[in-house]
Amino acid sequence: MKADVQAISSAQTTTKKRQGHSAQNRFNTKWGLIFLSPWIFGFFVFTLIPIIATLIFSFTNYSAVTPESTVWVGLKNYSDMIADKDVANSFMVTIKYAILALPLSLVFGLLLATIVNSKYLMGKNFFRTIYYMPAMIPVIAAGIIMAGIMNTNTGFINLGLESVGIPGPDWLNSTFWIYPALVLIGLWGLGNLMVTLLAGMQGVSKELYESAEIDGANGWQQYLYITLPLISPVIFYNLTIMLIGAFKYFDLAYVLKNGTGGPAGATNFYNLYLYKNAFQYNLMGYGSAMAWVLFIIVLTLTILLFTTSGRWVFYSGGKQ
Amino acid sequence: MTTANKVRSSMGVRRSDQINKILVTGFGLFIVLMFLAPLVYMFVTGLKSYDQMDDSEVPAIWPFSRTTFEYQGNPLDLYKVPTANGTKEMAMLKPGRTESEFIDPQNPVAGPITWVGNWRVLPAVYHSDPQWKNFVQAWNELNFPLLLRNTLIIALTGTFGAVVSAIIVAYGFARFNFRGKDILFIILIGTIVLPVQATLIPTYILFSKIHWTNTFLPLIVPHFFANAYNVFLLRMYFMQLPRELDEAAMIDGANPFKILWYVILPQSLPAVTAVSLFHFFFAWNDFFSPLVYLASNSKLWPISVGLQSYNAMHGRLPNLIQTGALITIILPVTIFFLAQRVFMQGIVFTGVEK
Repeated sequence: MKADVQAISSAQTTTKKRQGHSAQNRFNTKWGLIFLSPWIFGFFVFTLIPIIATLIFSFTNYSAVTPESTVWVGLKNYSDMIADKDVANSFMVTIKYAILALPLSLVFGLLLATIVNSKYLMGKNFFRTIYYMPAMIPVIAAGIIMAGIMNTNTGFINLGLESVGIPGPDWLNSTFWIYPALVLIGLWGLGNLMVTLLAGMQGVSKELYESAEIDGANGWQQYLYITLPLISPVIFYNLTIMLIGAFKYFDLAYVLKNGTGGPAGATNFYNLYLYKNAFQYNLMGYGSAMAWVLFIIVLTLTILLFTTSGRWVFYSGGKQ
Repeated sequence: MTTANKVRSSMGVRRSDQINKILVTGFGLFIVLMFLAPLVYMFVTGLKSYDQMDDSEVPAIWPFSRTTFEYQGNPLDLYKVPTANGTKEMAMLKPGRTESEFIDPQNPVAGPITWVGNWRVLPAVYHSDPQWKNFVQAWNELNFPLLLRNTLIIALTGTFGAVVSAIIVAYGFARFNFRGKDILFIILIGTIVLPVQATLIPTYILFSKIHWTNTFLPLIVPHFFANAYNVFLLRMYFMQLPRELDEAAMIDGANPFKILWYVILPQSLPAVTAVSLFHFFFAWNDFFSPLVYLASNSKLWPISVGLQSYNAMHGRLPNLIQTGALITIILPVTIFFLAQRVFMQGIVFTGVEK
């Protein structure tokens, strides 16, 4: 008898719980969707539909000047892209820049983060602020300032080189030196990289260093065998973001050479050439094909990022 | 180990710590100098005169002008002329390849003095002469008040929309569990790296069909639908707030909007500030979108496009361009120094600034 009552009451509580659960579920779904609705709407209108439309446009010869004569051209834009020497060049420009910029930026970013993380650094906050500050200078102004620094006659870099007897190069007008120049400009604004690497370094457990110390590892060994491996997800994440950034590169190339892509096409980055096709030559169908290829490249790199590193989200001060 | 030994070795450690401190801080300062050098260049170049920009003889770093001496109503350049009584600063009246005529500024009534030799080997006399009026000229030629007004309209309204929408969406992601939420979140994160170009052409055509091109609307309205960075940062912040307060408010009958407004937001001011700053700076820096949407209407240009166009027009006048750059960076750099702590915390949260 007593057992029966218990059984019934426990059955009742389970149903109640279940009912409570599904009511809770309905409540959560309703309110969750209400709160997500601005983003869901925006995603459809400003992201998903335009991406699909870009794909459709890429099979046409759409031009903003003569939209009435738009016809379906199939894969012609894509085959034109393969034949277009400027597209091949813009890929090469992007890759050349990335090959030079990624390792140098990473090494310099690690250097900055290591300095501001060092227990020997006095006045840490001052250094963090100053190292980060150039990242806050609007990119157009930063490009103008750094172009000045690299001026062949009055720029500090060439004045410095001449003072030790080295003739400085014509940074911005040489098809070779333009890439180091762009990388140098990038190094001036590495604040974000520094801060994320620093957060990674601070997340490494102190105990690891203490036990390494007991085992007799010196500072450099600790850095090489503890710090670097443990922050490798952060490094990998940043490298991927920088590689994607190379395919999105536009502002600095535009401001330094006024959008011409010079000298001799050396700054005709993929993205700049896309912009010129779509908005200067009014070849929006062709521009759409280029945009879709860009989308696929970035998507591939992103999937690579997601699948090869599950640990790219990090928290300050090691609290997880 | 004896006590004496211990003391000695700890003193040794302390001494090597001191050396390390000096080395690391010294190297850190060296990088600080390199990082500040471009700003110094911008500042001093902006103060130079046109003449100095074309003059290869002049000492390069500081703004200098040639010193002149007024003789019979004409300004004459001073040169350092070697004479029998040592080098004298004299005003050149008539240059010549084999002999030139000079006036002695100390004794102009004595009349022209002839000096034998090629005047081109003589070093000119310079004096410090910063051209503060360059600021006025660049300010006016940039039409800076107009650029600033446009930038502020775009940045402030966009920030308002970006922050409000991100708060709402982040709250949805942080506090309500339902089927499909994880997929939606992955899609949201995926849009972080999405290049604007992938959606640009159809969006541009849409905006031009509804006559939004050459207005601020394409630069503002899309930001009212929550940006992935901002949602990501705020969601992370909301998730670490204790749920007990929400639940207590829920039992008291508050609906989720009330809870968001009265319980969540008051605890989230640092994250909201960070998101506001991010969007404000993003909008301030944005060059590509205004270039595309406002290209043919210079009255609506923000600072980024205005400065680029000024740079393109005045390629031969680096001094004015540097002054222009200086004018445009004062405000963002000042805000950064005032709010840098909030800023860097926010970057750590999202991993990357937009």
